[in-house]
Amino acid sequence: MRIKVSTFLLNHDRIMTPDPVHVTPPVFSIAGMTKIYRTGEIEVRALNGVDLVLQAGEMAVLLGPSGSGKSTLLNIVGGLDRPTSGSVKFRGRELSGASDRELTAYRRDHVGFVFQFYNLIPSLTARENVALITEVARHPMKPADALALVGLESRMNHFPAQLSGGEQQRVAIARAIAKNPEVLLCDEPTGALDSATGIIVLDALARVNEETGATTAIITHNAGIRKIAHRVFSFHDGRIVSQEVNENRIKPSEVTW
Amino acid sequence: MNALSMLDRKLARDLRRLWAQALAVALVMACGVMTLILALGATRALDETRTAFYDRTRFGDIFASATRAPDSLKSSILAIDGVSAAATRIVNPVLIDIAGMAEPATGMLISIPDHGEPAVNRLYLRSGRLPEPGRSDEAAVIEAFADAHGFRPGDSFEVLMNGRKRTLTITGITLSPEHVYAIGPGDMVPDQRRYGVIHMRRGALEGTYDMAGAFNQVSLTLSRNADAREVMARLDAILESHGGTGSHDRTDHASDAFLDAELVQLRAMAQVIPPIFLFISAFLVNMILTRLIALEREQIGLLKAVGYSNAAIAWHYAKMTLVISLAGVIIGAVAGTRLGRGMASLYGEFFSFPFLVFSREPDLYVISALVTFLAALAGAARAITDAVRLPPAVAMRPPAPTGYRSLFGGQGGGFGFPVSQLTVMALRHLVRWPMRTALTTLGTALPVALLITSLFAFDSIDQMIDTVWFRADRQDATLTFASERSQDAIRAVAGLPGVIAAEPFRSAAATLRNGRLSKRVQIIANDSETNIGRVLDLDFAPIALPAEGILLSERLASHLGLRTGDPVTVELSNGTRRQARVPLVGVTNSYVGLNAHMSRAALDRLAGEGVRISGARIMVDEARIDALYAAVKRTPAIASVALQGVSREKFRATIEENIGISVTIYVSLALIITIGVIYNSARIQLSERARELASLRVFGFTNREVSGVLLTELGVMVVLAQPLGWVIGRGFSELVAKGFDSDLFRIPLVINAHTYAVSSLVVLAAALVSALIVRRRIDHLDLIRVLKTRD
Repeated sequence: MRIKVSTFLLNHDRIMTPDPVHVTPPVFSIAGMTKIYRTGEIEVRALNGVDLVLQAGEMAVLLGPSGSGKSTLLNIVGGLDRPTSGSVKFRGRELSGASDRELTAYRRDHVGFVFQFYNLIPSLTARENVALITEVARHPMKPADALALVGLESRMNHFPAQLSGGEQQRVAIARAIAKNPEVLLCDEPTGALDSATGIIVLDALARVNEETGATTAIITHNAGIRKIAHRVFSFHDGRIVSQEVNENRIKPSEVTW
Repeated sequence: MNALSMLDRKLARDLRRLWAQALAVALVMACGVMTLILALGATRALDETRTAFYDRTRFGDIFASATRAPDSLKSSILAIDGVSAAATRIVNPVLIDIAGMAEPATGMLISIPDHGEPAVNRLYLRSGRLPEPGRSDEAAVIEAFADAHGFRPGDSFEVLMNGRKRTLTITGITLSPEHVYAIGPGDMVPDQRRYGVIHMRRGALEGTYDMAGAFNQVSLTLSRNADAREVMARLDAILESHGGTGSHDRTDHASDAFLDAELVQLRAMAQVIPPIFLFISAFLVNMILTRLIALEREQIGLLKAVGYSNAAIAWHYAKMTLVISLAGVIIGAVAGTRLGRGMASLYGEFFSFPFLVFSREPDLYVISALVTFLAALAGAARAITDAVRLPPAVAMRPPAPTGYRSLFGGQGGGFGFPVSQLTVMALRHLVRWPMRTALTTLGTALPVALLITSLFAFDSIDQMIDTVWFRADRQDATLTFASERSQDAIRAVAGLPGVIAAEPFRSAAATLRNGRLSKRVQIIANDSETNIGRVLDLDFAPIALPAEGILLSERLASHLGLRTGDPVTVELSNGTRRQARVPLVGVTNSYVGLNAHMSRAALDRLAGEGVRISGARIMVDEARIDALYAAVKRTPAIASVALQGVSREKFRATIEENIGISVTIYVSLALIITIGVIYNSARIQLSERARELASLRVFGFTNREVSGVLLTELGVMVVLAQPLGWVIGRGFSELVAKGFDSDLFRIPLVINAHTYAVSSLVVLAAALVSALIVRRRIDHLDLIRVLKTRD
């Protein structure tokens, strides 16, 4: 079932103060989540008791230094990893005990990913990289529409090696959104880009969030980006140390790097 | 203790990590070394043993037969320029009756001088002694025959000599250079039980065969620089009026020709098979090293930056190649030596030499090792050069992303048909590296070709058996009379117990001439319409023998430069010695010997002696075969008997055993190549594309879909390799069949669909297993790590 969220976006307050009788469960509800990596004798506590609820259509920025646990959280939420303890629910369904097969289906049907290094398939053109996903998605857009959404309609038939870094990242965003995902997870999407290109990419993400209503989580260590989100979660040593609500969001073009 | 240098430690650890790939390459190299040692070692063993044995026993260079030539001719023969020695003798076919053996064996009675040893074709005494001069009841027999019956000096057996039964006592067991490969009449492989060569003193045979002061065979050895052709012409002239049937050299000497055929095959094996393995190993080394150097790009940059020389880096990777090659050489040398010993003992079963030792001379191993090292280094050269050329500053930056291009533009990946993006990924990767794709395809095609080359023998032998024994010579036995008889004899044959049908034939030695070309042959004449022994045309259909003219087998016609309709001069060698020009009325198919056929009426007319028959082909009631055997043993007029049914089964069993061994070897070789090529190819693809494939997993593609990309890519190459393998296999098979072509026999090139299918299935199965081993690694891709790293 697709959830219509566009009206939801118009009313900020409802995100901040969820309606107790609202029938739609939150997109993600995370409770007491820990993640411990063990390599030999060394034990690394990557997440140390995280509680977090993300609502439909929300754009969240996860902020924090390297090793603070934000990527680990994103990997677990994206179905790439499992928590050591605690619960992570997607629309009320528990992900922490899901099998590999279930997680694969979950990623395929619900999640769009954007990574720092784009992870484009070099042997496929921009359009084909998007089509790769739309071919197997349940309610996809047309690849050309997705590329138009990020302003790349004129570069559709170029291979990754023929595109600039910013263009490659926009192809990655088009690829992520073309399946009409309910969740868009972005790990340092501007990490490898200069500021001007970074702004173009952020602008694409903001437009997608608005136009498709996908719940969007962006990981960054660039504090300047925080202002474009509905909410900002700051990580430190595997915990969320603060949470702020942007009363006045700014446009990506207004972000100072 | 000298500590390992850091680079050597890196080398040891790299090899430990890459052990599976390195082993796969080493095994392919080992196959090359093994086949090289095997082929060269066996060639040497056979060639050197043959030369030594021939020298020691003074094997003749020229051989000739006559009906009855006076001994006085010997001095004129010795006077021929170039003749260094001559030995005349009496040779006659004989029926052998062995206690406890129902079927009669056939043999060749050969005289040795009354005193001393023959000047040519001496005997090698294995045990006992030669018969005493003047003793007509003593004989020496060849070892293969003695072994088959458990004969030892002192044992005795019976023979039918010119109609008289005699008991012969064995005085000695011998080997003869003329009978290294001893093959009886009508047989295509040796049957030691049914064919014996018996040597007796000349005096004992002269009386029996009415040959006092005469001989019917002469063998010559030539001096160095003698003109063999000239000697043969002079010898033929001397024997002409004594029923000379034409001299021949070693080429047409059955035993030596079979040895030669084996040597030709071994040399072909040494020239074709090891290079295949060396080529594939060079390619695999290139593939692995290129990838390793790509992965270690930054390390190479660092090593250069801290001051390691280009030479040190080149030597590091060359050493890796050499270590892998050394493993291949060691495995191959051990396997080659063991297999070589096995092959020598297999030869021992067919070829009777006093000794046959597989050659293990060190140079053989040195040559094999050097060739392997060179091939491997040639394969590594390009990758190592790339590593040397890499400037340190460039090396420490990641390489530029790989550029791809659309093949034809447009939708669906430009392949002109609708395919999924996953398939496009696989196909574009293939097209992106065309040389590698082509070589991998070729590397997979070669084992298919190798299998076809070894398996086609089954098809060809089947066709030979079918043609020779079921379509042409369908008789159960052929009886040859001691001398030509009148037509009445056929009635006597038909009256023998168990004979269902009998067909007469006449055979006559003759020289066929067309201008300056000539060939001595045996003309076989049958009734026009025959049902048992038939002559086949080139399409294997039986031909009715025409009332006029002659039919020649394809090879004989081409020897004489004749085409259907051309006249050919026939000169009979015996009796009336008439000659006539007759038309070539057709070309026939034959796998054994050079055949000339006429109708009996035509030959009788040509010979001008009335109706004569030389023997009969008979069909036998299986249930009464023993009674027939007993009757044949009692019938003096029958000089020899060829049992086609027994020959056929012996032939089939021998060939199947031999081919069975070679097929086992070839299938193993094909499996090793396929696994070597496909496993390495898959590992390298996986290494190159781990990031892409892991990304696909992240995007929600299942393991099955992701491995599909890898398997599609391999699958396309493996499938393309099949038709290529069939074509190459057919070419190799043609070479092998041509290598066997001789006047004695030829092997038809027949490759059934079944052979192509089996060859492909073996390779497909090996490819699939290799790919699936690598596919398991996809299940364990580290999804998170690839997202954090740049390619």
